[in-house]
Amino acid sequence: MGDLTGKVLYGGTASGEVMVLDEALSFWGGIDRQTGAIIDEHHPQRGSSVAGKVLVMPYGRGSSSSTSVFAETIRAGSGPLALLLLEPDVILVLGAMVAGELYDKRCPVVVVPPDDYSRLATGQLVQVVAQMGDTACIQMTDAVPA
Amino acid sequence: MSEATSATPLTLSDDEQAMLDGAQGEALALAMRIVTGLARANGAPYLIPIASAHIDSCLYHGVAGLDFAERLASLGGRVKVPTTLNVSSLDLLHPGLVKGDDETMVNGRRLMDAYVSLGASPTWTCAPYQLAEARPPFGTNVAWAESNAIVFCNSVLGARTDRYGDFLDICAAITGRAPYAGLHVTENRAGQIVFDLTGLPQALRDNELFPAVVGQLIGRRTGTAIPVIVGLPATTGEDALKALGAAAASSGGVALFHVVGITPEAATLEIALQGNPPLEVVTVTRDMIAAARAELSTVDGAALDAISVGTPHFSLAECGQLAELLADGPAIDAAVAFYASTSRRILEAARPLGFVDVCERAGVQFVVDTCTYITPILAPDTRVVMTNSGKWAYYAPGNLGVDVIFATLAECVASARAGHPVLEREPWGT
Repeated sequence: MGDLTGKVLYGGTASGEVMVLDEALSFWGGIDRQTGAIIDEHHPQRGSSVAGKVLVMPYGRGSSSSTSVFAETIRAGSGPLALLLLEPDVILVLGAMVAGELYDKRCPVVVVPPDDYSRLATGQLVQVVAQMGDTACIQMTDAVPA
Repeated sequence: MSEATSATPLTLSDDEQAMLDGAQGEALALAMRIVTGLARANGAPYLIPIASAHIDSCLYHGVAGLDFAERLASLGGRVKVPTTLNVSSLDLLHPGLVKGDDETMVNGRRLMDAYVSLGASPTWTCAPYQLAEARPPFGTNVAWAESNAIVFCNSVLGARTDRYGDFLDICAAITGRAPYAGLHVTENRAGQIVFDLTGLPQALRDNELFPAVVGQLIGRRTGTAIPVIVGLPATTGEDALKALGAAAASSGGVALFHVVGITPEAATLEIALQGNPPLEVVTVTRDMIAAARAELSTVDGAALDAISVGTPHFSLAECGQLAELLADGPAIDAAVAFYASTSRRILEAARPLGFVDVCERAGVQFVVDTCTYITPILAPDTRVVMTNSGKWAYYAPGNLGVDVIFATLAECVASARAGHPVLEREPWGT
């Protein structure tokens, strides 16, 4: 299986387990910033945690405050290690940039084309290498043992 | 290859490059790194000057936001353009009303002070468009955050802001620049999905809650596309458009909508679409409206603990409508708490007109500087709350863990007096 590629919105590297969200999520009002748990009542994956995951979702939703909440989860270690999107989302990119500036914690944000996006599945182990101005590489490292 | 490699490189002017290089201080360099970082992420070819900014980052969401504001302040940051501030985590005029934890109360106040020290105006409102000096003229480029302010600015004022998140707002204010991308670009403002309301009964379209229900519907169905609405009554005013936009920016990512014959970029359907064929035409039915309205209430019982109105912040006209409903008749039932959120400026304007006195004597608690769905204001044992706001109805069940009943302002007043929900059946049917 070949590697996936994507467009880098914010650079960085990360290795971890993929978590695919079935629906878009607003970090503000949707995530507990202390634990990373999904708290949005309307979201099908309510109760799951995004902490330490390579988070895959179609796009961000809702409030501008998601930027602050996203940055805070990166600071606190309750956020994802990388974010893979289907559509660009400036609100989330800003959160990643500010966390990088303040704490030198870089959570790469990458837009993945639809064909590659559909190959991402919860539980896969991947390595994300994203450098600004370059094509991002998302390498499937291994599957998580059942 | 993919578009990843074909992006236009960002070109900066000499002045912008100097800011980025630190020639004008470290705060400007940091702010410029964020502005140019975003510009590169969204493929902007260059930056544009902005006329004003509206800052959402002054609401406390944890240490990261506070660290960023205090970093900018400690580096000597100062806004270059007129800058308004969104709601905060505290009501400074009614101390004790917000019952937050120690971290939020202390850090929330520090965050407010940091933004004022950066030169922003302490307006503390989600509805800066209600302040005469903060309304940008048609066609002006600005950098506004807060989803309801963004959608109002673009749709109703015809000024141009992209859907900015926290931090870009203050960085744009400090640099006076924003990326030329998104809704700053004329072609990106073309309507895409047409919602035709003309088949609906007039009584339904004239109902006070109709705009918010339409907002809920189009937010759900368009995501981040640009909707064009056909068939809102010609009398639809700013408060109704505020309610529509706020609901659409909550249930979806709507940052611009057009209403044919009403909003300034939609004199005709063809103009709203900029001559393009629509991606989709949705003929809105009674059932679709009923379903969208039903999504905004979570309960249908006899209990009622509180009323919350004023999300987004009440305008002066809305304060007047509430005062008129409360002027004669019984006071609010002592068991029902009644909150009306507005800005300190609107509250001051309402006072000499007698609105504040009438409402307070009837039992209304005004809330300023913040809002009831983002800070702990409601009593902890509150279970059922009635609101006339689609945005409040959308967020409060998740944020506060309460049940919500979506109802008109008159129904809110009647229910508050009765101590239990009093709802009209018409014009919604069944």
